Amino acid sequence: MRGTRNTSVKSSLSLIAAGLLVLTGCSAGGGGGAGAGDDSTLRIVYQKSGEGSPLDTLMQDVKTQFEAGNENVTVQLEPVEGSDEDYATRLALSQRSPDTAPDVFYEDTFKVRSDVDAGYLLNLDPYLEEWPDWERFNDGAKAAGVADDGATYAVPLGTDTRVIWYNKNVLEAAGVEVPWAPKTWDDILAAARQIKESQPDVVPFNMYAGTGTGEGTVMQSFYELLYGTDSQLYNEDQQKWVVGSQGFVDSLAFLKTLYDEELALTPAQALDPNIWQAVFGEYLPEDRMGGVVEGSYSPSFWQEGGMFEWAEYGDVMGVAPFPTQNGQEPGAVSMSGGWTLAIGANSQNPDLAFEFLTTAMNQENLLKYTVDNSQIAVRSDIADDPTYLESNPFVADVSEVVDVTHYRPATSDYPEISTAAQQATEAVITGERTPEEAAADYDAAVRDIVGADNVVEE
Amino acid sequence: MTAGTSTRPELGPGTGPGHGNSGRTGALWLKLLPLAPAIALLGIFLAGPIIFSVYGSFTNAALTGKNAKDPQFIGFENYADLFRDPNFPQSLWLTVLFVFASAIVGQNLLGLGTALLMNKATKAIAAVVGVCVVAAWVLPEIVAAFVAYAFFFREGTLNQLTATVGIAPVDWLFEHPMLAIILANIWRGTAFSMMVYQAALNDVPQEISESAMIDGAGGALRLWYITLPMIRRSIATNLMLITLQTLAVFTLIYVMTAGGPSRRSATLPVMAYEEAFRYSNIGYGTAIAVVMILIGAVFSVVYIRLLKEK
Repeated sequence: MRGTRNTSVKSSLSLIAAGLLVLTGCSAGGGGGAGAGDDSTLRIVYQKSGEGSPLDTLMQDVKTQFEAGNENVTVQLEPVEGSDEDYATRLALSQRSPDTAPDVFYEDTFKVRSDVDAGYLLNLDPYLEEWPDWERFNDGAKAAGVADDGATYAVPLGTDTRVIWYNKNVLEAAGVEVPWAPKTWDDILAAARQIKESQPDVVPFNMYAGTGTGEGTVMQSFYELLYGTDSQLYNEDQQKWVVGSQGFVDSLAFLKTLYDEELALTPAQALDPNIWQAVFGEYLPEDRMGGVVEGSYSPSFWQEGGMFEWAEYGDVMGVAPFPTQNGQEPGAVSMSGGWTLAIGANSQNPDLAFEFLTTAMNQENLLKYTVDNSQIAVRSDIADDPTYLESNPFVADVSEVVDVTHYRPATSDYPEISTAAQQATEAVITGERTPEEAAADYDAAVRDIVGADNVVEE
Repeated sequence: MTAGTSTRPELGPGTGPGHGNSGRTGALWLKLLPLAPAIALLGIFLAGPIIFSVYGSFTNAALTGKNAKDPQFIGFENYADLFRDPNFPQSLWLTVLFVFASAIVGQNLLGLGTALLMNKATKAIAAVVGVCVVAAWVLPEIVAAFVAYAFFFREGTLNQLTATVGIAPVDWLFEHPMLAIILANIWRGTAFSMMVYQAALNDVPQEISESAMIDGAGGALRLWYITLPMIRRSIATNLMLITLQTLAVFTLIYVMTAGGPSRRSATLPVMAYEEAFRYSNIGYGTAIAVVMILIGAVFSVVYIRLLKEK
C-alpha cells in the first residue's frame, strides 16, 4: 500500500519539477542531441504499474524484436511509474516541447480527442491504409482513436467493461441464490441487506464514491448507475452536457442508501485512494465482501503473476451485469475505456515509429498482452483464439456486456466534469449534502466549466 | 570629474588617466563586471520564473486541448475567475490557518521554548533533545510526509498507541485533516526555529541577564524585557523564513490527505496543482501561484516593518 503511494507521489514530484521547467520556459534536453532529432533513436513512453507488468513486458519484447530487425535503430524505453492521472500529466508536459515529445506512446482513449486538438498526435490514416492487419480491428474499438475531423490518430491495444464481481461464499451463506443476476437496483439492495443480516462483519456490496478513487469512482460506480436511468450525462446529438436530471439525483440517492445503511465500506475507507487494492487483495479473497462493481481486468490481479495472486478466484467469484434502475431496456449497463498507442506529431521518424507500433500490435504480441492484462480483445484473430478464450473463466461474461456498454464523452472539459461528479458522490456519502443539493452543486459546476451555452436542461 | 575618480583612489590607476568621462563609465563597468554573473544568475533563476509566471497567469495556456496548441492572452480573466471560484476563499482561509497555526504559533513558539530550555539543560540532555528535534527536519520532505501519514492514518501508530490505553481510534486524516497536517508541519519544522533561536540566545550577553537578576527580575520578566527584545531581529527573520516555507508546503499535504476529504485540507498550493495539472489549466494554476507570491509579499512586509521598529 505504501509502495504505490510512494511511486505516485514520486511521480507527482517529478511532475512538479517538470511543471516548473515548463513554467520557466527551460525545456529539458535542449535541442538535438539524444532527443527525437537523432535519426536512429525511437523514444517510447508508457505507464508502468510495477515490475513485470503486462505492458512493460510487451514493450521489452517489442524492443528486442524491433532492434533485431532494424540494426541501426535504438529503442529507448521510458516507462513512467504512477497513477493514470499522473501519467497523463507527465505525458502532456513532455509533449509541450518537440525536444521532449516521445515518438510512440501509450495514450488513454478518453484523452485522444483533446490531445489531437492540442496538436500532439500524428494523423495515422496514410499509414493505416497500407497496413493489412487494420481490417481485423473491430469497429467499436477503432472509433476510440478517431478525432473530430474523422481521421484516426491512435490504435487501440484493448478495451474493457465493468460488471458486478460477487463472492459466492458470502452470497450462499446469506441465502442469496447463485448464480446471482439482479434485475433492478432494488434487487441489489435486497441482497445486500440479506448479507448484512446474516454476516454483520462482511461488507455486503461496495460501490466506489468520492474523489479519492478518482476516475474509478465514476467508471466503476456512478456511471453504471447514471447510464442505467432514463437520464444522460452528455447529450451526443446536441453535443451538450445534461443538467437538472432526475437520474443524477436518483444515482446519488442510491449511493446514499448504500453508505447510510452501512452496506458499503465506511465513507472514510471509500475516500482512501488505495482502497481498491484492499478490495482485490483482502476483502474479496478473505470472504469479507459480498460484491463490488469492478472492471473486466479484475482477473489480472488474481491470476498467476498478478498483484494479489489468488488460485481459487475462478471458483469463488462470479460475475453479473449491472442492472438498469428499474430493469428498463436494455436491462444491463456497462462502461468501457481502454488504451491505445499513438505517434507524436513531431516525430522525426514517423515511418519507424509506425513500424514499432505495428510490431507491438501484431497478432502474437497483442495476444500475449491481451491475456496477461485480462483485456477484451480488439482484433478478430485474437477474439477467436483459444488461448484468449480460455485465459480466465470470465472472458465470455465480461465480453457479453460490450453490447450494452458506454464510452465517456471524451471532450477536453471531461476531466473537470468528472471531478465535479466525484465531488457530488463524496458530498452525499459523507452526509454533507443531500442528493438534491449535491446534484444542484454539480449542475452549477458544469455550467461554470463549459458555459451556459453548452448545457441542456433535462 | 577628476574629483569623482579621486574619491576612489584604489581604482584610479586602472581607469586610464586623461579621458575623464570615459574613464568614469569605465570604472563603473569594471566595478560591475565581477557582479555580472551574479546579476545574470539572479535574473535568470529568480526574476525570470516570476516574470514568466506572471505572464503565464494572463494566458489561457493548457496542457491539452486547443489552448495547448495556441494559448491566447486573456488579460485578467484568470484572476476574475479565481475571485469568483467558490473554492478560492476556502483554500485561502485554509492556507492562512495552516501558516498561522503551524508556523507562526507552532514552530515558532515551540522552537523558542525548546531553545530556551536547552540553554538551561545539561549537555547530555541538550544533545539528545537536539538530535530528536533535528531528525524530523533532516528527513527529506517526502519521507517525513510518509512518516506523518503512517503515524496518523486509520491503522497508524497514533491509533495503535491510544488503543493500548483504551481510547477509541480516531480517523485523523478523515475527521481532522487540518489538525493532522498542522501537527505534522510543526513536528517537521520546529528544528529550524529552534536552531535559529539557539544561535540568537548565544549572542545575548550573560551580564545583562545577570544584572537584571540582581535587580530582582524573575525568569518571566527577564524573558519579556531582556531576552526577547535582544533577539527581536532573529524573531523577525525566523518568522519571515518559516512563513514563506510553510506557505509553499505541498508534498506534506499531498501525501497525507491530497487536499481531502471534500477539499477540507486543500490549501492554495494543492489547489494550484489540481487546476494546473489535474484539470490541465496551466494559466489558471499559475494565477493561483501568483496570488501566493503576493500573500508571501504581504507577510514579508509585515515582518520587515517589525524588524525596523525600535
